[in-house]
Amino acid sequence: MSDLVEHLIELIRRASTDLPADVKAALRVAQASEESGSAAAGALESILENVTLARANSTPVCQDTGTPIFYIFHPQGMGTRHLRAQIEAAVAEAMRCAYLRPNAVDPLTGRNSGNNLGVGFPSFYFREWEEDLLRVDLLLKGGGSENVSAQYKLPHSGLKAGRDLEGVRKAVLDAVYQAQGKGCAPGILGIAIGSDRSSGYVHAKEQLFRPLGDVNPVEDLAALEKRLLDECNQLGIGPMGFGGKTTVLGVKMGAYHRHPACYFVSIAYMCWACRRAGLEVRDGEVVFK
Amino acid sequence: MSIVDLSVPISEDDIRALHVGDTVRLSGVMVTGRDAAHKYMIETFIHASSVPESERPLYEELRRLLKGGAIYHCGPVVRQDEEGRWHFVAAGPTTSIREEVYEPEVIAHFGLRGVIGKGGMGAGTLRACQEHGAVYFHAIGGAASLIADAVKEVVTVYKKDEFGVPEAFWVIRVEGFPIVVTMDSHGQSIHDEVEAASAAALRRLVGLA
Repeated sequence: MSDLVEHLIELIRRASTDLPADVKAALRVAQASEESGSAAAGALESILENVTLARANSTPVCQDTGTPIFYIFHPQGMGTRHLRAQIEAAVAEAMRCAYLRPNAVDPLTGRNSGNNLGVGFPSFYFREWEEDLLRVDLLLKGGGSENVSAQYKLPHSGLKAGRDLEGVRKAVLDAVYQAQGKGCAPGILGIAIGSDRSSGYVHAKEQLFRPLGDVNPVEDLAALEKRLLDECNQLGIGPMGFGGKTTVLGVKMGAYHRHPACYFVSIAYMCWACRRAGLEVRDGEVVFK
Repeated sequence: MSIVDLSVPISEDDIRALHVGDTVRLSGVMVTGRDAAHKYMIETFIHASSVPESERPLYEELRRLLKGGAIYHCGPVVRQDEEGRWHFVAAGPTTSIREEVYEPEVIAHFGLRGVIGKGGMGAGTLRACQEHGAVYFHAIGGAASLIADAVKEVVTVYKKDEFGVPEAFWVIRVEGFPIVVTMDSHGQSIHDEVEAASAAALRRLVGLA
C-alpha cells in the first residue's frame, strides 16, 4: 500500500481543529434556544467562538485531544500491520505539530510516554468489508466524557428498569443525570443495547459516527432516540451543567444480540466537541469525508 | 449577576463580593495543576513532616504564586518555539471533581483565592471556600483555543519531565481570562442547585416520583 502518513496527519488535523458541520449546526440551534444573557447561552456562545477560532488557526478545538480511536474498514486481502504502523507514525507526528496532546500514560509508573503511543494506545478496530476501498474513521474522545460513560446491567432494581426498551430508556436517563455537566454537556450519546461488556462499548462508540440528523432505520429505535433526546433535555442540566434547555445534542443507538443471561446497555457519552473525521482511499486516491 | 475584572493577587474582600453567576475576567499570574500536581502537593508539602531539601525551592515558589492566587485545573497543548520558549496552543479546563479529596487542604495551606476548572466540586471544597475566602470559577470546557488566546505568556514550567506535559505546573500570565463563579464563598453552588433540580426531573421521567 502507498504511503498514507501525510494524509493520516491531515485526517488527525481535521478531526482535532474543526467540528463536523452537523455538530456545529446543532450547537447553533442550541445557542439560539437558550435564554438570552443566561450562563447557558454564554457558554454556547464561547463554544461557537472557540470552534471558529480553532478552525481559523488550525489549533485544537479542545486541549484534551483524547484517545484517538480508529475504526478501519479494509477490502478483502489487505493486511493491516503496515497501515497500523503508518497510523502510529501519523499520531506521533500530529503531536509534534501540536494537533494532539501527549495522552498515553503508563498506569504502573504514571509516566506519560511523551509521543502519544503506548500499549494499546491509540485504539484500533479493524473490519474487512465488501467494498473495494479503504476507509479510516477517527474519533478523538476526551477523558472527561469517557469518565462519565456508563454500562448498565438490566434489570436494575434502583431504577425499576426491566429488560426491555423501557428499561433502556430509564438507564440512559440515569446515565445523563449522573454525568451532570462533567462530560462537557451538551453531549452526544452513542448507545449499544445488548452485546457483551467489551463489544458493547465498541458498538456504542461506533454509533457516534452517525450524523446527528439521520433517522435510525429500526422504527422502535428511531422512536426511542427521539423520545430520549427530548427527555434528556427535560433534565435541565444544560451546557456545562449551568442549567438550561440543552443537555444533549443527539441520541444514537443500535441493538446487538445478547447472551440469554445478559442485558447490557452501554452508553458512550461524547462531549459537545464531537471530533470525528474520515478518509477513503480508492485506487490510490485519497478523499476526506 | 455582573461582570467583574480581577487581578492576582486577589483580596479577600474582592472574593467575598462575588456571587454565583458572576462573570469574571481574570488577569495576572496563575498556575496550572491537576491530578499529579495535587497528589504531589498533599504528599510532599502538606502532609509531610518536613519538606525534602530537593523540593524546597518549588515549595517556596508555589507558596509565593498561590498566596491570594488561583490554581487552574488544565492540561494544555503546548508548543516550543526555536528560542525554547513555550506557548499555550489549547488550554481549556479539565474535570475538577477528581481533585476534591485534595482541594480543601490546598486552599487552606496555600491561601488560594480561586480554583478554576470545570464540572464543579464537592462539599469539602465549598466549605473551604466559605472558611478561607475562596471561590470556584468555571471555565468553558473544551473552549481551548479561545482560552489559550487569554494566555499571554508562559512564565515557566515545573515538573514537566516528571509529570508529563498535561500534568506539569505551568506558570502562566493571563489577561481577561474568561470564567464564571459557580461556587461562591457564601455556601452557594450552582452545581448543587442543578443536581437537585435534575434529580427531581429524573424521578418524574423514570416514574419513581
